[in-house]
Amino acid sequence: MTVTTSPNVPGLTDKAEPRGLSVRARLRRRPPFWLVLVLLAVGLVVTLTTAVTIGPVELPFLQVWQIVADRIHPGLGGEVTWTPVREQIVWDIRMPRVLLGAAVGAGLATVGATLQALVRNPLADPYVFGITSGASTGATALLALGIAAFGSTALSAAAFGGAVVAFVLVLVLAGAAGGLAPARLILAGLTVAYTMSALTSLMIFLAATAGQSSIAETVLFWLLGGLGGARWSHVLIPGLVTVLGTLLVTLRARSLNALLVGEETAATLGVNLGRFRLQMFTLTALMTGVMVAVSGGIGFVGLMVPHAVRLIVGSDNRRVLPVSMLLGAIFLVWADVVARTVVAPQELPIGIITALVGAPFFVAIMRSKRRLNVVGER
Amino acid sequence: MRLRANELSMVIDRQPIVSGVDITVGPGEVVGLVGPNGSGKSTLLRGVYRVLRPDAGRAEIDGYDVWALSAKAAARRVAALVQEPAGDVDFDVREIVRMGRSPYLSALRPATAADEQLVTDALERVGAMPLAGRGFRTLSGGEKQRVLLARALAQQPDLLVLDEPTNHLDVRHQLETLDLMRRLGIATLTALHDLNLAAAYCDRLYVLAAGRVVASGPPDEVLSPELVGTVFGVGAVPSVHPVTGRTHLAFYPLPAAAETATVRR
Repeated sequence: MTVTTSPNVPGLTDKAEPRGLSVRARLRRRPPFWLVLVLLAVGLVVTLTTAVTIGPVELPFLQVWQIVADRIHPGLGGEVTWTPVREQIVWDIRMPRVLLGAAVGAGLATVGATLQALVRNPLADPYVFGITSGASTGATALLALGIAAFGSTALSAAAFGGAVVAFVLVLVLAGAAGGLAPARLILAGLTVAYTMSALTSLMIFLAATAGQSSIAETVLFWLLGGLGGARWSHVLIPGLVTVLGTLLVTLRARSLNALLVGEETAATLGVNLGRFRLQMFTLTALMTGVMVAVSGGIGFVGLMVPHAVRLIVGSDNRRVLPVSMLLGAIFLVWADVVARTVVAPQELPIGIITALVGAPFFVAIMRSKRRLNVVGER
Repeated sequence: MRLRANELSMVIDRQPIVSGVDITVGPGEVVGLVGPNGSGKSTLLRGVYRVLRPDAGRAEIDGYDVWALSAKAAARRVAALVQEPAGDVDFDVREIVRMGRSPYLSALRPATAADEQLVTDALERVGAMPLAGRGFRTLSGGEKQRVLLARALAQQPDLLVLDEPTNHLDVRHQLETLDLMRRLGIATLTALHDLNLAAAYCDRLYVLAAGRVVASGPPDEVLSPELVGTVFGVGAVPSVHPVTGRTHLAFYPLPAAAETATVRR
């Protein structure tokens, strides 16, 4: 749609009905918000259940719920008609993985939507501030220390630690006191990302010359991401962080909206720019750090899902954020299903799937809307 | 006094942009800020609407130092129309005006029917009710200013600050926008490029040159050919506008020699 805003033709501008009608027609095409929420919530439940049924052992849809109900309260799922092995597959293997996928997908999408509004840049994603690089540096450092006895929890902790270090470096470089202007944030993020990557490469190189080639594989996991080896103990924290984080950013959606209109405008509407950016940046960095620590740097979700969401519900972040959370969860669970089935019994890194799906999706958006914008379609 | 700026000085990148400026705006008064490009008008206004912190001096709204207030508290007292390319946002007009209520709202204090009524009132007062359902970015420049004035009204401010509100508008919408500004009855400080518009719509003017106030007072006293020649470097022939009765200036270029004598940054 081409819209001429100026110069005005007196007499025409006040009664430009055709223009107004087309806009209204477009607004009318937008489905009601509650309907979107309900559909996506139902879609998420169906997705979670279906994803659990898929695998080397096919399970009936209903049985998944019976097993889950039985685990929550014995007898709740009716008479036990399944084998203990099935119960183990559902409860111990597939459920944590599917739920972790949902939590991470939801978290990344929410973070992406928040950052795109915060720095007013459609290309912002959870990793733009070097947090993934920091995480992989942290994990690599632990491995390079050569203490293989550390379990995956320690690796996650080291990755989270690396993410926090990267975040603090970005804050310092961007000048937290100077109001964290978006351009400086992005430059600082890039600087930290490259530095961290260089450190990681250096450690891999040194380890390889010392005969420890397995480190490179572990690092690849952090760079491409994956949900393999998910256990219940890994689900709780990302799940809580995602839900709480989304709630917190959604509470600030009004300020994010004002920021979309303009930085000075936001300030005149009572947004304390420096403090607001610091709060949001810290919150999203912590969320990203947790996601990366448990699942590596799964790309494209945080970049793509918010754009898709804006096509459905418009720019208002009060709608964009919760819807991104739901759609991100659904998307990543399906991407993981593909990742673990397409070359079974091998697994593809999930980042490959999200990128392969994501790239054509991006092209489709650009072609259909001619313009990719942080604030929605045009 | 709605606004009292006292010895306000502002520095950007170690460069003094505004130096020791005193400005007052009384209740209901419309005060214009004129001056050549780079004279510090926008910077001064930024210090008043709380975007750029002054290096010295105070800007007080009703006796409160705007920089001692929280951003929200300041936004309840000062509304501003800034010079900023409006983001390419997919908000409709009502949503934009609703943003004017945000200084009053928080997670603990959600919008109520009263807020919605204020939004409706604001739209009605600027005559933008027919636009309410339109997408903001589909509006013409004049319509946008109208809607932004409604947003400012929804803020229920004590002071309205406008930075070149007629920029990029055609002549009819320039007049309409300033006419609307006057009819709102809110104490207003506005930067204006067009001296004749400033003379026609402002009760008092401050003339800024190189960050200092070089003249102030009623337009017909301030806008003398001598001052216009010194500050703007053009010749001016004053007359009385045959319809409005306000001071009107006809401009002509001064010879190059005279130009070197003008005040420049």
